[in-house]
Amino acid sequence: MPTEFLYGVEVVLNGLMAGVLYALVALGFVLIFKASGIFNYAQGVLALFAALTLVGIMEGQVPFAHLINAIFGTEIHHFGWHVPAVLAILLTAAVMVLLAWCVHNFVFRHLVGQEPIILFMATIGLAYFLEGVGDLMWGSNIKTLDVGLPQGASFWLEENTAFLGGEEFYGFFIDKLDMVATLVAVLLVIALVLFSQYTKQGRAMRAVADDHQAALSVGISLNFIWVLVWSLAGFVALVAGIMWGAKSGVQFSLSLIALKALPVLMLGGFTSIPGAIVGGLIIGVGEKLFEFLIGAPYLGGATENWFAYVLALIFLVFRPQGLFGEKIIERV
Amino acid sequence: MKTTKLAALALAGALASGPALAELVIPDLSYRTGPYAAGGIPFSDGYQDYFTLLNERDGGIGGEPIRLIECETGYNTEKGVECYESTKGEGALVYQPLSTGITYQLIPKTEADGIPLHTMGYGRTSAANGAVFRNVFNYPANYWDGASVIVNYLLEENGGSLEGKSIALLYHNSAYGKEPIRTLEALSEMHGYDLSQLAVDHPGQEQKSQWLQIRRERPDYVIMWGWGVMNQVAVQEAANIGFPMENFIGNWWAGAEHDVTPAGAAADGYKSLNMNRINPDLPVFDDIREHVVDAGMAAGDGSNVGSVLYTRGMYAAMLAAEAIETAQEIHGVSEITPAMMRDGMEALEVTEETMEEWGAPGVGPAFEVTCADHGGSGMGIIQQWDADAGQFVALTDYIESDSSVIDPLVEEDSMAYAAENDVEPGCN
Repeated sequence: MPTEFLYGVEVVLNGLMAGVLYALVALGFVLIFKASGIFNYAQGVLALFAALTLVGIMEGQVPFAHLINAIFGTEIHHFGWHVPAVLAILLTAAVMVLLAWCVHNFVFRHLVGQEPIILFMATIGLAYFLEGVGDLMWGSNIKTLDVGLPQGASFWLEENTAFLGGEEFYGFFIDKLDMVATLVAVLLVIALVLFSQYTKQGRAMRAVADDHQAALSVGISLNFIWVLVWSLAGFVALVAGIMWGAKSGVQFSLSLIALKALPVLMLGGFTSIPGAIVGGLIIGVGEKLFEFLIGAPYLGGATENWFAYVLALIFLVFRPQGLFGEKIIERV
Repeated sequence: MKTTKLAALALAGALASGPALAELVIPDLSYRTGPYAAGGIPFSDGYQDYFTLLNERDGGIGGEPIRLIECETGYNTEKGVECYESTKGEGALVYQPLSTGITYQLIPKTEADGIPLHTMGYGRTSAANGAVFRNVFNYPANYWDGASVIVNYLLEENGGSLEGKSIALLYHNSAYGKEPIRTLEALSEMHGYDLSQLAVDHPGQEQKSQWLQIRRERPDYVIMWGWGVMNQVAVQEAANIGFPMENFIGNWWAGAEHDVTPAGAAADGYKSLNMNRINPDLPVFDDIREHVVDAGMAAGDGSNVGSVLYTRGMYAAMLAAEAIETAQEIHGVSEITPAMMRDGMEALEVTEETMEEWGAPGVGPAFEVTCADHGGSGMGIIQQWDADAGQFVALTDYIESDSSVIDPLVEEDSMAYAAENDVEPGCN
């Protein structure tokens, strides 16, 4: 087979994997928007906060150590223990549930019935607040995140596909971390779908998403559901934080991964979990293929960021609610 | 009567809130928050701790205490300009904005206000021409020097010839990242290597396309002009595709400990340029620990002392302190103005003996600044990451850049600036 074609296939495969990573971030947005109509600007920061907390717990770091030392003149930094990754992930998930409770009870509970723009503004405030708290709690140095995920090329795949092309084809490259991320994303989506379809709380969540007033009238606690939704979004953020943090270390630019989720949401719709996945895959493949075929050879490269938005806009023009979003029909 | 009273009050207020006369005011435009904080914190710690050391150990410079004013920019150009505007009235002697974007905004402002700007290894490269940029100094080296030093190092590694070799430039898609392109292009014509360019969009968290391209094209060397998360991701991606780390060379803003530690052992062998030599055993660090860190006066928690960017920040402070001393000698006063500081910077002479006196022998190259040359020696070293030891190790001594290529580029670019901005080039 022609080498160029094979490399094109490699780009598509890697685009699919990148798309899964984008979708992981987009899922958190979808969960909250679907249940409460809030566009959560803080979703990227939630991923950062979750990853910071995970590393902090794993390394036995004392939260707010800098602040404590400054006030009390102490010199404490670490508890002196290391927490195993699985336990640390569970503890971090618990922290995210606590955070969800705080976010709901201290912020959004008081904003029920407000315009969507007010709620959006509140999430902007929340994003900056959480970034500051994360900094105070865990410090702003770059942290290595090692939860035992494999990284690097799959040499088995490289060696066993190299025969497909000529001498200039080196086999397909796929990062093992991306493969794990894909598997995790698939499991996560299955779990979320099963949860929302087959559990009492999941059905209640869907009822709230469909009509708050009606759900309230049949005895569903909105407060509980919103805490639940923010907790789930926090857990999804933790998963996204682990995957992205493993690539680059945990640092404050991690919050910018939210930018990668926006075109995915525009394309997949703000209310569909499968839409987030399919949207992520389309954006991932689309931007990588464009860079491979046109961007790098003819436009000087670095086209992915803007091309993702162009792609999303094209879809938006023809299907404003996104691929899987609910069509809004208002009759006068 | 009322007017007179008001005028008197206003005058008293102005005097009360104005700069204290017997102080050397040094603003520190730092960034301890935001996505680039990991780079901003150690630099700022080093910059501030050295001035604090001078205050605590020596009583300031020439008997005058130093007053540091820290202003958080978040590596944001608008905030950087705000910091400049809010601190210049305090009697600021020199600005070190630590951002190419902020530098470009401050160049016309500092020229108008007569306050010197020191952009050490960043900012506008052609500001090395002091006949045009009278208040801007970018010693000891600039980006074009850096690119040339890397090529000279590769020439040395390849027996003096890069004919037929291929070099890929992986760069941050910004004014900063594009700085070395002209130099590398000019040098490719001279030395016969093939140059390919791969841009990475801000912030650089996703670089799969670029590294797949590198894997396909298999260049002999990859040179990186990165910053922030772009560096960590690039090192990890290079490890992922199995690119030989010893053939991957970052510039001096892509060669700190935090750029390589997230990749763990896989980063072993990664090389980078540096404008100053790293040596955790410098005597000045003992002084800083004793007089600043242990005394609870450090800008940070003291954990960065001796690291790459801490050393660079400290080196920047040493150069500023030396220029203050030179200005005091030239003008015969201890209390200097920004204009006198400019004179001091333009007459700066750093020798091996000077660095010995600082307690930092060999921390930088020896160089002299003149009116025509605000760029310093243009020399740099190549350092390599030793993952086991967890530190960068100097591989070379200071390597010279190719002035026959760089000087004409500096001349051309600075003259274009002069023509655009009605600047009459000349030394007075």
